[in-house]
Amino acid sequence: MSLIDLSGNLLFVAFVAYLIATLLFGGAVKGGSKGESADAGKKWGSLAIIITLVGFIANLGYFITRWVYAGHAPVSNMFEFTTAFGMFVVGAFILIYFIYKVPALGLFALPIAIIIIAYASMFPREVNPLIPALKSYWLYIHVITAAIGESILAISAVAGLIYLLKNIDLTKRSKESFWIEVVMYALILVLGFVAVTTTFNVTGYEAEFSYIDKDGNTKEITYNTPALFGMHQSELLTADKMEPIANVPAIVNAKKLTTVVWSILIGTVLYGIIRLIIRKPIAVIMQPFAKRANSQLMDEIGYRSVLIGFPVFTLGALIFAMIWAQEAWSRFWGWDPKEVWALITWLFYAAFLHLRLSKGWQGKKSAWLAVIGFVIIMFNLVAVNLIIAGLHSYAG
Amino acid sequence: MKKIICECGHENPEGTTLCEKCGSPLTEEEKSKKLADMRYEGTAIRSKTYNKTIIDKIWNFFSSVKVGVAIIIITLVAAGIGTFLPQVIYVSLTEYQDAAAAYKAAYGTFGSIYYKLGLADIYSSWWFQTLIGMLGISIIVASLDRGIPLYKSLKNQRVKRHENFLKRQRIFASGEMSAEEADKAFDLTEAKMKEMKYNVRREEGALLAEKGRFARWGPYINHVGLIIFLFGVMLRLMPGFYIDKTLWIREGETMAIPGMEGFYLESKKFTFETYSKDEQKEEFNESKKAVNAVAKNYQTDVKLFKAPDDAVPGDTSNLTLVKEMPIIVNKPLKYDGYALYQMDFRLNELKTMHFDLIDKKSEKSLGSVAIDLTNPEKEYKVGKDSKVVLKKYFPDFAGFEDGEPQTASPLPNNPAFIFVMYTPETPKGETSFVAIKQTLEPLGTTKYKMKFSAVDTRNVSGLTVRKDKTLMILMLGGIVFMLGVTIGSYWSHRRLWLLKTKDGRLLMASHTNKNWFSMKKDLDAVTEYAHLPVYVDQHDEDQKAEDAEKKSKDKEKEGDNI
Ligand code: HEM
Repeated sequence: MSLIDLSGNLLFVAFVAYLIATLLFGGAVKGGSKGESADAGKKWGSLAIIITLVGFIANLGYFITRWVYAGHAPVSNMFEFTTAFGMFVVGAFILIYFIYKVPALGLFALPIAIIIIAYASMFPREVNPLIPALKSYWLYIHVITAAIGESILAISAVAGLIYLLKNIDLTKRSKESFWIEVVMYALILVLGFVAVTTTFNVTGYEAEFSYIDKDGNTKEITYNTPALFGMHQSELLTADKMEPIANVPAIVNAKKLTTVVWSILIGTVLYGIIRLIIRKPIAVIMQPFAKRANSQLMDEIGYRSVLIGFPVFTLGALIFAMIWAQEAWSRFWGWDPKEVWALITWLFYAAFLHLRLSKGWQGKKSAWLAVIGFVIIMFNLVAVNLIIAGLHSYAG
Repeated sequence: MKKIICECGHENPEGTTLCEKCGSPLTEEEKSKKLADMRYEGTAIRSKTYNKTIIDKIWNFFSSVKVGVAIIIITLVAAGIGTFLPQVIYVSLTEYQDAAAAYKAAYGTFGSIYYKLGLADIYSSWWFQTLIGMLGISIIVASLDRGIPLYKSLKNQRVKRHENFLKRQRIFASGEMSAEEADKAFDLTEAKMKEMKYNVRREEGALLAEKGRFARWGPYINHVGLIIFLFGVMLRLMPGFYIDKTLWIREGETMAIPGMEGFYLESKKFTFETYSKDEQKEEFNESKKAVNAVAKNYQTDVKLFKAPDDAVPGDTSNLTLVKEMPIIVNKPLKYDGYALYQMDFRLNELKTMHFDLIDKKSEKSLGSVAIDLTNPEKEYKVGKDSKVVLKKYFPDFAGFEDGEPQTASPLPNNPAFIFVMYTPETPKGETSFVAIKQTLEPLGTTKYKMKFSAVDTRNVSGLTVRKDKTLMILMLGGIVFMLGVTIGSYWSHRRLWLLKTKDGRLLMASHTNKNWFSMKKDLDAVTEYAHLPVYVDQHDEDQKAEDAEKKSKDKEKEGDNI
């Protein structure tokens, strides 16, 4: 087995371990409640964390072997970066778990990590040679530290979600119960993306188009999903494939737009099916898992993970980033979209910390802010990388 | 100044909410709260006390955390809007007459509006900079407003507090205890708390254990870091602190470095490399297609020279070599506070053109001429008794205007020449216009012509010359910020108070500015060890709800019994 195959297998092992651990954490949360002794819950819990640790070690194994094989830290394209982010989320969860020992956190944090890794695996997995701008130790220190910071911040959203599920009255129609369902829907949409990409990958769908780019050059592009939108003045080159419904202006990347729209369509259908089967909002199904969590503690975990993550994020996403930018681009700050979004994330969490100083911003409001913070982080990862291209844009 | 006199007799300055000495609530508002507001220890905060003069009002505006948060949020939103479309510095304008046209062409009406609103250059707009300025002022004012009284109050802390103060802490316990038992509990508490690295102070019937007070200064330190950073950024506007120049240098050239007086740079060679196919780990390339050439390296090999201090500018006769190294992306040349970066390049710029002077009929060459395109000579000798005079030179020939040849730029992209050829046969000279792919003979047919034979090319490196004296200040700001934010986030200020009352109770209360979870662990340890009364978290809503539920259930049961 070559190193790179080994690396891939380790990632798979980690993925499976996280799935199993999620179920075990489910057992740990439910365990104590159904008349069983609290000990039973504890047993489930310790088994769950052991499996999580096994998965995490396998995941680190993936990271290290790929690093050795590629000769550079595996955070240099979308697949690598997103996978690493998923791994760090698990790492951050383990850290917080060992402080607070709350199994409900695992039940919600691991699925999020799983979704992130599944999302990552939809990108091309090739090992890319490095372009000159990426050849810098500072860059890797910057990217890895920033990702670790973000993943610790993400745990606060997990705590926030649990807090909200527990404290929102889902039997009443309200803004809150609507938005918490929106959060559930958003998670299903990511699964929609995974489903779409997997399906068309497995069937090997390929359609070639020629198009005119923004600078007037004729180029070619291969779609891996049936084209809903065509690139600027596109023409289908492959026979018997779907013609796009409409062409878009040159500034929009219609291929990415198509993937996004497909994901939303399939994700919505998926959501619809789930709702038809369970006949209740998804949040209602999830609520019992959160019921036994202590609100006060969840609120504190949410705040504490921001406190732990904020300095790490500052160091990685701003300070190390500036040092790298100074070395590579001759200026430590250039208002590049990726830089701006790091700043926005940072300002947001600064606002979060200050709002908590005022009365009435603990509890629900704080939990919502944590969830919004996670949305901003995911926006950084997905939209800023894929849509708003900048110096750092990996996907190209 | 009005003073507030507490029940205990202590005189507090106006604006105090918790007595400096005993901690009893002083204002009606404070009294009405179930739990004491401990954020700034109940000290007199300027912004909460004075609101008369215009200065008070401005001070209060900037010291308000709500206003601070609002400024942060507005900045954040504005920054986000600036990423809708690329900023003007990232837009290539070469094909358009101005930026407005470029935005309209690329992004339509939306682009046009975006540009007109100034959003395409949002970060240098006056109002964005004003926002940052207000942020800075707000940080300074808020920190002074709270930091100073907080410092005073923590420094002058008393051990003994009033029962009212303890009762109104979030963590509180009370139990009946005999005097001896209580004394023993005090001793055990002292021992245990010391073991857990608390500072313990005792007074008659009271005990204060405290740990990590420095954590309270974390936010203030990090705010100082931010201010240093913002100050550094402002300094760059001062002349001399910041230099940003571009230097285009051709292979083989030695040039004065702009902005770096007395220094010269020689470019020996520019290299551009791409990855070869087998370097791309093809076995793992899922898209087995031919891979596009991926850039591997941009590099300029240079020598840095220094002119003697008394040299006339431009005099390159006595240069001393300072450094010889390659400038690579991510590896700038650094010297004396300056840095030279590899930023751009042009490959294969025309360097020298070779021509033969030939007799048109016999096609016999009289000799050849090599013209340095960046530095052409006036006259070239050919063979023994012929010469060619370069009457006019157009480095970037762009066609004729009013019969006159034009050049678009000083770069030798498309050279054209007006030659006058003197030979023994044509002593008066024949004029010929020569450009790539065309030869004109404006003054009638000539006997001789300049025949193009070869061209030499070379590469040009685009370097950025940068000096940034503020970097050290910015770095200092960053380090101070990190120090403060780490102290403030990873440590917490924990306190525990014990009080023996006259009527035979032992009271315990505790406060921490954050991380109640760890505080409670400490409390659990000491409660068990020193047999203190069991404490309650008066803030735990779940616990309250559960208690309430239990009570109502108990009542039901009682009802059943009857
Ligand atoms: C982007 C700018 C800012 C950053 C990064 C920042 C950072 C921080 C951090 C990390 C804390 C500690 C929070 C905690 O421990 O929960 C803090 C506390 C605080 N900040 Fe800021 N801050 C900023 C701007 C401001 C502004 C504009 C104000 C003005 C109102 C302000 C006022 C305060 C106050 C009053 C505290 C509490 C101090 C204490 O607990 O004694 N900050 N700040």
